[in-house]
Order: sequence, then C-alpha cells, then structure tokens
Amino acid sequence: MLNYAAPSTVEEAIRILAQAPGTSKILSGGTDLLVQLRSGRVKPGLIVDIKKIPGISGIRERDGGFVIGAATPGAVIGECKAVQRAWPGLVEAANLIGSTQVQGRASLAGNLCNASPAADSVPALIAARATCVVAGPKGRREVPVDSIATGPGRTSLSPGEFIVEFYLPKRPPRSADAYLRFIPRTEMDIAVVGAAVSLTLDAGGVCTDAQVVLGAVAPTAIDVPDAAAALVGRRLDETALAGLDQAARRACKPIDDKRGTIEYRTKVAGVLARRTATIAYERAGESR
Amino acid sequence: MSKHHISTIINGEPTEFLCEPQLTLLDVLRDELHLTGSKEGCSSGDCGACSVTVDGRLVCSCLMLAVEAEDHKIETIEGMARGHDLHPLQQKFLEHAALQCGFCTPGLLVAAKALLDRNPDPTETEARYWLAGNLCRCTGYDKVIRAVLDAAAELRAQRV
Repeated sequence: MLNYAAPSTVEEAIRILAQAPGTSKILSGGTDLLVQLRSGRVKPGLIVDIKKIPGISGIRERDGGFVIGAATPGAVIGECKAVQRAWPGLVEAANLIGSTQVQGRASLAGNLCNASPAADSVPALIAARATCVVAGPKGRREVPVDSIATGPGRTSLSPGEFIVEFYLPKRPPRSADAYLRFIPRTEMDIAVVGAAVSLTLDAGGVCTDAQVVLGAVAPTAIDVPDAAAALVGRRLDETALAGLDQAARRACKPIDDKRGTIEYRTKVAGVLARRTATIAYERAGESR
Repeated sequence: MSKHHISTIINGEPTEFLCEPQLTLLDVLRDELHLTGSKEGCSSGDCGACSVTVDGRLVCSCLMLAVEAEDHKIETIEGMARGHDLHPLQQKFLEHAALQCGFCTPGLLVAAKALLDRNPDPTETEARYWLAGNLCRCTGYDKVIRAVLDAAAELRAQRV
C-alpha cells in the first residue's frame, strides 16, 4: 500500500517523513524512482513529493554564486544563461542525463541520491566544489556534494533527511569547467567513463587551481587530487597532460561489465581527463 | 487506500479524476480518461511513446504520477488537431510517410511540436538530438526528420 504526500514547506516534509512508518521515498523528477517502483526494486509505504515546496525548483543568485533548488529539472538549468556562463561543464553534464523528456523532470538531487557510480552531473558538481543543504529531523546542515554518495545506490543521508538545494560558489576570473562522458553511441546511454575538470588560470595561462573528478570508474564518483596537482603551477603543456593522464588512470577502481573492461575503462579515463582539461582550459581563455 | 481527487487541465479542458497514488499519468490518461493516443511502450522513460507536455514542458507520462498532475496543464496528442484539421506536423508525417506501424507516432508528434514551439527553425542535428528519446523501429528516422523540418518550414511560412 502506497501513500502520497505533497507538503508545502520543508518543515512539513520533515514532519511527515519523521512520522511515516516503514520506508519513504522523496519524489522530485521521478525519472529513476518511478522506474524502480514499477520494477519492484523499491517498495516504499510513502512517497513525499517535494515539488510543492516554494524555491525547491528554480535557480537564484547568492553572494556571486548560484543556488539551484533540489528538484530543478535539467532543462531549466540548461536554459539559465547565467549558470551556463559560469559553469558550462556542470550544465553540459546535467543536460547529458537522458532524453529531452527526461530533462523535463530529472533533477540534480535525484541524480545524486540515486547514487549511480555513472551519474553524469555528480563529477561536475564535485569538481565545482558544490555544497548541498540537507534538511532533516535534526535541522539543516550544509555539506560538500562529495560526502553524499557512499556506494552504488547508497548515500550518507539519514532516514528522514533530504536535499533542499545546491550551492555553486562564486567563480574567480579566468575559471571554467568541462565534462565529457564516454559512451559507444552519441546519445541516450550510460557513462562508461565520465570526467569533470574545473580550473582557474592566472594572467599568463598558468593553472592556479584545479579539480579533477572521474565517474563510472569506482563505486562513487572520485575526486583525484593527484590529477589536479599535475595541472596546477603549469600551462596545459604535455607534461601537465601526461601527469593528469597517469594520475587519472591510477585512481581508477572500475568494474568489468558489458559497457567496458577494467583495462578499457582505465585507459579511457586518462584520455577523457586530457580532453576534458583541454576544453576547460580553452573555455578559461587560453589555447594550447 | 484512499483515492486522490485531482483537478487538472487537459488539452484546454478542466478535467477531474480520482486515482490511486501509484498510478502514472499515462495509466490515468489511457484507462481512466480514455485518451489512448499516448502509448505505453517501455514504461521506463526510454521510448518516448507516452510523450505529453506538462505546462509546456515535454515529459514521459509513464515517468510521472497522476497525482502530480494537480493544478498543471497537460497537452496530449488528442489536443493537436483542430477538429478535422490536422496540425502541419501531422500532415507532413502523412506526406512524407514518416510512419509505418504508427505506435511511436503520437509521441514523436508531441515531441516535435514541443521542439517547434521553442525553436521554429531547428537544424537537422537539433531535431535529431531533440527527438533522440523517441524510438521508432520502422522508419529509420530519416522520413520523420524530413517531415519535422518540412513542417517547421511550413509553420514559418504561415507566420509571415
């Protein structure tokens, strides 16, 4: 037996979740949840639709950065020119999730909390050093996106907790990000490898700050500080790229499956990291 | 289990229905409201045969609960023609023979209309990416794309 609630405030949602017996599921875009409901993979007693909560869907600027509501559909993020300008890599990652129809509903919070190792928006969010506000019976806490997924289908959220919004920090000048996903076709597929790079350059084109995050090559998206370190302090020359490539490959702990072998995924991670870094570098205003 | 009473606007008509919370919008459109133009292909959001728009936004009706339709405006394939006058997209699908079995056609038409409402002059590449979530096993897509681009040209000409 399934019940449905559509609270109109965060506090009401917390109260409903706290009082519900059995398993509850949060509904934002539903593009993963409805498939899992139908297949019987999840059997919640209660679905809490958070979309009636004001501000839970939509984008606003704050302190030079952006607040993106948990349930904001990918299509809305893609149509926001200001976010597109500041975080083109995050936008391209979010917009790679599914079809036009899926983009009409799928949200960043859903992509994150579904906790697929191959989630496209998650490496880009982590590379952006995005944080999220988690609300629950003990109040609100703001945590790095990095801390949410703990393994395939598992998160660090306690029962009754859910994500309210994401925060993308203000960008220094000459900063850019990029995301590339490798799939064997051109559209509508799940990442064999995903790579997100965010970087900041000085006036001379030397990288002063970098984040490199890989998807689909470990149980969760992985931040690779060694790969970022290979970029910092240099222009994007062959030494930097070779160091990035090697560090990316070393960080991989992929599975063998029909999408790719361990060896293949590892090799592709290095290649993809190079290409992604090159795109981010060019977006930040430098050519190699 | 109590049924939810949902008020919505479907193809411009205020519409009310009762539904259990686990039913999808597609279930209610087809089985309750007898709007059987939207098709159930995969039930997992992969094939696009159940495409509708919600407040102008293209979605799969199999990936939305019917209870979520409360206070929203839904457009389905049944709202596309004006009486016996086919929408230019429908006319061009016929002229270009852009269908064979027809199962994917309502979804393709709804998706293509959502594209042209937003972008009256899409490139072939834009049209192909936009429609990538609508699977067709008959046509090989070429005729579909030609029909969509031709309909776009006709709609642009009508506006002048």
